[in-house]
Amino acid sequence: MRTVYAVSGGVSKFAKSRPDKTYPAIVKEAYDYAIADIGLEHPQFFELVDGTVASYFSDHFARQLMAGIIAQDYLGMCPKPSHRVEGGGATGGICFQEGWKAIASGYMDICLCYGFELMSHVETWKGNEFIALASDVSFDYPVGGFYSGYYAMMVTRHMAEFGTTVEQMAHVSVKNHINAYYNPYAQKRNRYTIQDVRNAPMVAWPLTRLDICVMSDGAACTILCSEDGLARLEKAGATISRPLVKIAGIGRGTDAMRMADRPHQSYEDFYRYNALPNEMDDDSRAYYKELWDRGFRYPGVHSFRAGRMGSKEAYQNAGLTDPLNEIDFVELHDAYTSSEIQTCEDMGLCRYGEGGQFAASGKAFMPGIDYGLDLPEESVCPVNPSGGLIACGHPVGATGLMQAVFAIWQLQGAIGKHFGDPALQVPDARCGAIHSHAGTGTYVTVSILERE
Amino acid sequence: MSDQKEIVSKRAETLGGYVLHNVPFPRELNEETLALLKQMEPILIEQPYSITYLHSYGQDSPFFAGLTNKVFLGSREPETGYTYATPRGHCMYSGQETEWVRFPDEGTIHAFTVCHFGSEEFLPECPFVLIQVEFEGADTLFLGRLLGVDPYDATTDWIGKKVKAKYLRLSKFKPTDVYFVLTEDS
Repeated sequence: MRTVYAVSGGVSKFAKSRPDKTYPAIVKEAYDYAIADIGLEHPQFFELVDGTVASYFSDHFARQLMAGIIAQDYLGMCPKPSHRVEGGGATGGICFQEGWKAIASGYMDICLCYGFELMSHVETWKGNEFIALASDVSFDYPVGGFYSGYYAMMVTRHMAEFGTTVEQMAHVSVKNHINAYYNPYAQKRNRYTIQDVRNAPMVAWPLTRLDICVMSDGAACTILCSEDGLARLEKAGATISRPLVKIAGIGRGTDAMRMADRPHQSYEDFYRYNALPNEMDDDSRAYYKELWDRGFRYPGVHSFRAGRMGSKEAYQNAGLTDPLNEIDFVELHDAYTSSEIQTCEDMGLCRYGEGGQFAASGKAFMPGIDYGLDLPEESVCPVNPSGGLIACGHPVGATGLMQAVFAIWQLQGAIGKHFGDPALQVPDARCGAIHSHAGTGTYVTVSILERE
Repeated sequence: MSDQKEIVSKRAETLGGYVLHNVPFPRELNEETLALLKQMEPILIEQPYSITYLHSYGQDSPFFAGLTNKVFLGSREPETGYTYATPRGHCMYSGQETEWVRFPDEGTIHAFTVCHFGSEEFLPECPFVLIQVEFEGADTLFLGRLLGVDPYDATTDWIGKKVKAKYLRLSKFKPTDVYFVLTEDS
């Protein structure tokens, strides 16, 4: 595999509604920003780029089949090669990885990945219905198809299994909203307290409105290239910032569409198939043995095996063995405060069952930001320094690419330049992970980006 | 909690209203008025969309036939005995075709939630309770509705409680033809 560099990106301002422009024109905002950031204009970039990958989730939201080619056409990318990818909430992450594949395999030297979703064209509860159609329409949807309900069931099991509390979940909401306060691209830039989160209207017990991400209109794109592509870009006058950001490894996992079908594996099988290198020590083995002795089974409905397998593969490809201490920040798919907690466990930032304590410990918070919370520990690995889906919004096809753009800017040390405020710049960021997640944990992608 | 009244202070935004047949536009088009079109607010139109699908339950059809006869059917791998509470034509481990097996009418609550909001189709039914049901001897779960509990008094203590299946007399041929209530001893 060839080395793949992520050299630039752009994000449209995420908003509840963008009736001022059609979706191809919003994609163009992100694209124009990305090429301008490396000092190129469209005619120059068009001569250099080998092809594109388009990302959007729902034909229902777009009410337009083949929406990808309309964006390709509007961007002025025809007749370059392109294809559309779709994998629920992970669509953007899959797009990023398909761009990586195009470069790593030698098929392309320069690839543009772009994604979008306009969710404001239907009313909120119709939008929830569209999203719920991404659950089994024979056995899940007709019972009360509602993703917040599906995730809330996972929460109650997590609470019963591990003693996770709603206050621990609320820490995630407070953190991500206050982070987004410094991110001009975010849809919701508010300061909340734990009490605000708990007092917000109940949506699906125990998840309140402030535990849940919002629907959004938005677009994002990234430019990926090989060594040869980098030389071509620079020869044409592009200004690529140093140190370079490379994609050090990717990973993907899957799990059963119906949450009810997830296995309840044994301790032995967990260690055979799912454990991470940092869980191979005697202490972790004893910890997990005790969990299994108490009736814990893996993954059940409380954990995302797809997220674990995606992490495991990505870490192996990037040579990581101690994620909490080797990764400087994570942008992960916090569609729910609870799913951030579950995902921190899947990604091995803490052990299964410790996610609630981890969320409230302070380890996942940004240093130097006042959250109005009494956090017992220092920041170790900020999770969702951008504000995540909960505060930035979740225009599905753009979300995974938004994470990639924010990760590129973190590793370039350019958050201050792009956000107009350096508050969210992770100090000396060298390694970042992005995590994109679909359904109830059906497709999950994890990509590791490193500063060279 | 259940007798709390919600005081509404904001009118709900809805579609519908008058049909508009004309919008303001410059009477005369010239360089200046054409440039002003860039200042125009966007036009938003309503596009209704409705369709009836003829959905086949395929190999899962006997499950729904069972519900209308007050029988809960699951799937079992004939050799390994791995048992699915939500029917599945083939086993995810062996790849073998499964056989139908009758389930008991009692199970326990593995996980639950109370939906105070929902997708548009289910909004009129809110609040409703979703549960994942665990059956003895089954390796997977079943998603269903729980009735007979106070939705405003949710607690994780519900997990582990015994539930009993009940069946609609007039079947709708949906998985909600079966629903669950707490057993008397739970």
